[in-house]
Amino acid sequence: MAQTITQKIFARAANRKFVDVGESVWLNVDVLLTHDVCGPPTFDIFKQEFGPDAKVWNPEKVVVLPDHYIFTANEHAHRNIDLLRQFADEQSLPNYYDVGTDRYRGVCHVALAEEGFNIPGTVLFGTDSHTCTSGAFGMFGSGIGNTDAAFILGTGKLWEKVPESMKFTFEGRMPEYLTAKDLILQILGDIGTDGATYRAMEFDGEAVYSLSMDERMTLCNMAIEAGGMNGIIAVDAVTEAFVKARTTKPFEVFHSDPDASYHSMYRYNVEKLEPVVAQPHSPDNRATVRSVAGTPITKSYIGSCTGGKLTDFMLAAKILKGRKVAVTTNIVPATVLVASQLSTETYEGQTLRSIFEEAGCSIALPSCAACLGGPADTVGRSVDNDVVVSTTNRNFPGRMGSKFAGVYLASPLTAAASAVTGKLTDPRDFL
Amino acid sequence: MKLFIKLTHMESIIQGKAYVLGKNIDTDQIIPAEHLVYSLSNPEEVKMYGKYALSGVPLEQGGLPEGGIPFVSEGAHTSPYSIIIAGPNFGCGSSREHAPFSLKVAGARAIIAESYARIFYRNCVDGGFVIPYETSQQLNKLILTGDELSIDMKNNTITNLTQNVTYQLRPLGSVVDIVQAGGIFEYARKNDLMAKSQA
Repeated sequence: MAQTITQKIFARAANRKFVDVGESVWLNVDVLLTHDVCGPPTFDIFKQEFGPDAKVWNPEKVVVLPDHYIFTANEHAHRNIDLLRQFADEQSLPNYYDVGTDRYRGVCHVALAEEGFNIPGTVLFGTDSHTCTSGAFGMFGSGIGNTDAAFILGTGKLWEKVPESMKFTFEGRMPEYLTAKDLILQILGDIGTDGATYRAMEFDGEAVYSLSMDERMTLCNMAIEAGGMNGIIAVDAVTEAFVKARTTKPFEVFHSDPDASYHSMYRYNVEKLEPVVAQPHSPDNRATVRSVAGTPITKSYIGSCTGGKLTDFMLAAKILKGRKVAVTTNIVPATVLVASQLSTETYEGQTLRSIFEEAGCSIALPSCAACLGGPADTVGRSVDNDVVVSTTNRNFPGRMGSKFAGVYLASPLTAAASAVTGKLTDPRDFL
Repeated sequence: MKLFIKLTHMESIIQGKAYVLGKNIDTDQIIPAEHLVYSLSNPEEVKMYGKYALSGVPLEQGGLPEGGIPFVSEGAHTSPYSIIIAGPNFGCGSSREHAPFSLKVAGARAIIAESYARIFYRNCVDGGFVIPYETSQQLNKLILTGDELSIDMKNNTITNLTQNVTYQLRPLGSVVDIVQAGGIFEYARKNDLMAKSQA
């Protein structure tokens, strides 16, 4: 029987040869990810249900990456970090990345890739909806709540319904003004914020395989904005090289069978697509940048798991080099590694850090920061009637702080071009 | 084997006042991220989740059709409304279990929406917080905030006692056993799954 790549990964994790779409199966979990917002309540439930002295099923497979509320004076946020530290200590968790030490990494989805936890063919669950980011590595990654995570902590297993798959094929050569963010916003505009609910979103086509791992992660990251259970891109030489440079663990590579069945198939020619934004207040409220060009903005924000990776900053630097920003522009590297790369990676002979500083941007410390608003003292948090152009992934009311603010989701190119003019601006005006 | 728990009459009826919302009510509107710092087990801190439940909904979009009605009044941490009526894609956005938790703390017992986002739906069921019913009708256009409602869990119907009209709800389907057990852990224990899954 023909299967999609997602079905094959489910079958492997359920010790089966074949799983059928729609059936619920118990999956053996390869990695459970949690962070400072959902870790403490997850650990509470774990102790309540399995007993105060219970041990997690496999300490090697639990990855704890605090990243949400790190650089804040909020006492409760600090208390939550203490709770992570305490649990990691009593359970002897080797993969805890403590705040305030040289083990701190930053935004969990990007750090998972950097640290070699993203391994093709495996099953990752995380207490964060953007856990689907890891699907860029030909693996299954999906978000869950605290109760499900506590169940995994105790048993190493979780039930999941085998999803139907939707296939999105991008053909053609990527033009220099187009990014993965434009591709996923294009899809969101077509299928809506519930267009993939309970389904797998499979990305394919020569344009997808021409993308860097950073860009593939952006594509998969926003599968959840369409309601998708997971986003997935099959492994190629680019994936293999990335993974092998970070882990020595063996892995299994799966591909969808040519005759696998899909809920639906979409085809795009990237040469015919344009830079787009998602207008307030929904990720599916798509418009071409040209059609809304000139809309005044008060802030530009370049950061997060979606838009704060090295590739995102290389793109922004192309436009910001030698120019000045007209509005407050926050540069928020996702991880400590990306932050250090700002000082070592160059564009036309100048480091990214110096390009951004000369342009007048503020460079923040790596964390989730204002992508989700956060405590009142969070860097880049929207206030009052701010109009923000942002490389983040979600723009429902209040997402970046103020519920009176409007957020335009955009590519790093569009966010940088708009920062320079103080108005929504198509990056082609500068390229 | 499906576990069948016989509901008593008392347990099979949920009665309360309606709070009506629109579509795509995401988890940031249900509980804004800045409040996620509070403990979900400390009884004093837990009250904050009731206080801020649905506080991210723009004021004019809360308590339809008129709008401008907060779910929880200023200074309170429980709501006079226990049944939420909404459009499609309720609970989209983040994975925060704090969302259905905050609705429960505020006093909500059931939600009736046209559809749900997957993680929110799982959290409602597996955590045993609120019962997520689906409807194929746009009930958020027919029911008014403040209407007295009665859900009959045995027959999968909802009666608007104020307007004297009954609507059919979609059966809970395969999750009914988890809902009746009160969550995934209770369900797993009753079905001996905890022992099996640890084996």
